[in-house]
Amino acid sequence: MSVVVRRNLWLLAFYMFVLGLLILVFGILSHVVVSSFAKSWFATPLPHKFTTNWYVYAYKTFQLPHILYVTVVVAAGVVFLALLISLPAAYVFARKDFPGKNYLMVLYLLPILIPQMTYGIPLATTFFKYKIGGTILAVILANLVPMIPFGIFILTPFFEQIALSMESSARMLGAGRLKIFQKILLPLCLPGILVSGLLILIQTIANFELSFLVCGPESQTLVINLYYAIFAAGMRPVYAVDAMAVVYTALVMSLLLIILRFVPPTQMVFRLDKR
Amino acid sequence: MPKAISFRLRFQNLDRVALAFLLPSLLYLFFFFLYPFFYGLVLSFTPEQGKPVYQNFYIFFADEWQRSTVWKTIRLAVPITFLVVLISIPLAYTMRRGIRFERVVTTSLILPVSLGTVLLSEGVLGFLGNNGWLNQLLISTGLIKEPVRLTYNYTGVLIGLFMKNFPFCFLMLLGYVSGINPEIENSARILGARPMQVFWRIMLPLMAPGITIAFCLVFVLDFAVFPTAILLGQPAGETRSIAIAAYQMAFEHYDMPKASAIAMIMAGTQMIGLIIILALRRRLYRGTSLGLAKG
Repeated sequence: MSVVVRRNLWLLAFYMFVLGLLILVFGILSHVVVSSFAKSWFATPLPHKFTTNWYVYAYKTFQLPHILYVTVVVAAGVVFLALLISLPAAYVFARKDFPGKNYLMVLYLLPILIPQMTYGIPLATTFFKYKIGGTILAVILANLVPMIPFGIFILTPFFEQIALSMESSARMLGAGRLKIFQKILLPLCLPGILVSGLLILIQTIANFELSFLVCGPESQTLVINLYYAIFAAGMRPVYAVDAMAVVYTALVMSLLLIILRFVPPTQMVFRLDKR
Repeated sequence: MPKAISFRLRFQNLDRVALAFLLPSLLYLFFFFLYPFFYGLVLSFTPEQGKPVYQNFYIFFADEWQRSTVWKTIRLAVPITFLVVLISIPLAYTMRRGIRFERVVTTSLILPVSLGTVLLSEGVLGFLGNNGWLNQLLISTGLIKEPVRLTYNYTGVLIGLFMKNFPFCFLMLLGYVSGINPEIENSARILGARPMQVFWRIMLPLMAPGITIAFCLVFVLDFAVFPTAILLGQPAGETRSIAIAAYQMAFEHYDMPKASAIAMIMAGTQMIGLIIILALRRRLYRGTSLGLAKG
């Protein structure tokens, strides 16, 4: 076979596989959407009758307003605190070279590498011992553990891009540390703050393990509720569970629409740059 | 410059402001990560009165039902990790210079990553279930008589893990491959290398560091399988992963020392897996990773 034929055959196989994958992704998502609007649906390509009643049902029985409130408070709290704590640390990592820096980097990598279950169980135990287990605060504090290192790793390259000469010039012109931060660093790393904030936001909303381990009945986020609804299948009609899944999907997808304006999808998962 | 002096100079970099900047994150990790981790470690070595120190571990390994979770987790995590990474490599490689509809493909694939395991499980249950669209299609075309069981078993968990971790790995590798300087490949082609030679001899060694990290991260995600194994598998049977065992010991039996021991066994097994991956890489490619990535 000539090189051209082989290349075209490979491309054909490639496109077939990608197409199959996309069909699978959209099939999985649209099945949930169709099911949430079904009056009843059993072993037919589409339901015979459609209804929006399951959304009303989900709104009432799942206490949707409260769940959304918890989710928003947790997400906002984690994003704000994670940025507040990781921003200065990322600045030091980008600017300073000191002995033991590599070891420190490894320490910051650990919460991402060690299974959340391993430190989540003793963390939850500690929280319940000190009576904050089961509160919204506990969910925020637990989610911050992997998100602070995550924020540092995303923000550091943004600080590295800012030329050191900018800071030096500003200092020579008489600006103090605070002024340099306000007028030079903050505006220049605003894209980085935005990107990391959005990525932390979407990861917090989707986080399962840590929230699951430390939450209580009043502090369940949307994902946790969805999990319990699917887990207790049979307790509630599957269409109502799917209605809640659609609410969750809509929330995540609208966030994604915003994020994709600023971050290409390949940069969203994990930066693999050599440095 | 003598080593001692350079060390001191570098240490002076860590002035009071730098320390103050690092401190909040350090304190946070200390109180909410290191402390619970070591608390768990100590707890796992806290036996009932009069029993040997390693009692909690001994009980886990002596009980066939508990011990088998290690094997069950490995049986899930290892095949799916290889599958995910080995499919991602040629796909990402093909897309390294962009393809038609690239944006559509990457945007669609970021969806499963962002939606998370719980929602994917619900979708897979519906779409691939006994009465789902796939089985309906296969039955109506006459390919099969009885629906194929793809959910509530081992296969279901494999599919769930693949749907979440394949896009993750693929997008990560795609970002890495497209960052490799295309001049290197061009030079090889000009010097007469055939496409396959370019892949095996030039690009694969350059991709090796990225592939190693991808292997590690995907393995970590697969090994910690928890909601997927419960929702899509048989949590009381063949997909009872070690995370489920740890959770049940902690929140159904409220036996924290034994739960901590299981959690530590989980972390230990996972670390052994990571070490094997890193050792394999060293054996396969001794070549250094030159700084060839473009900015």
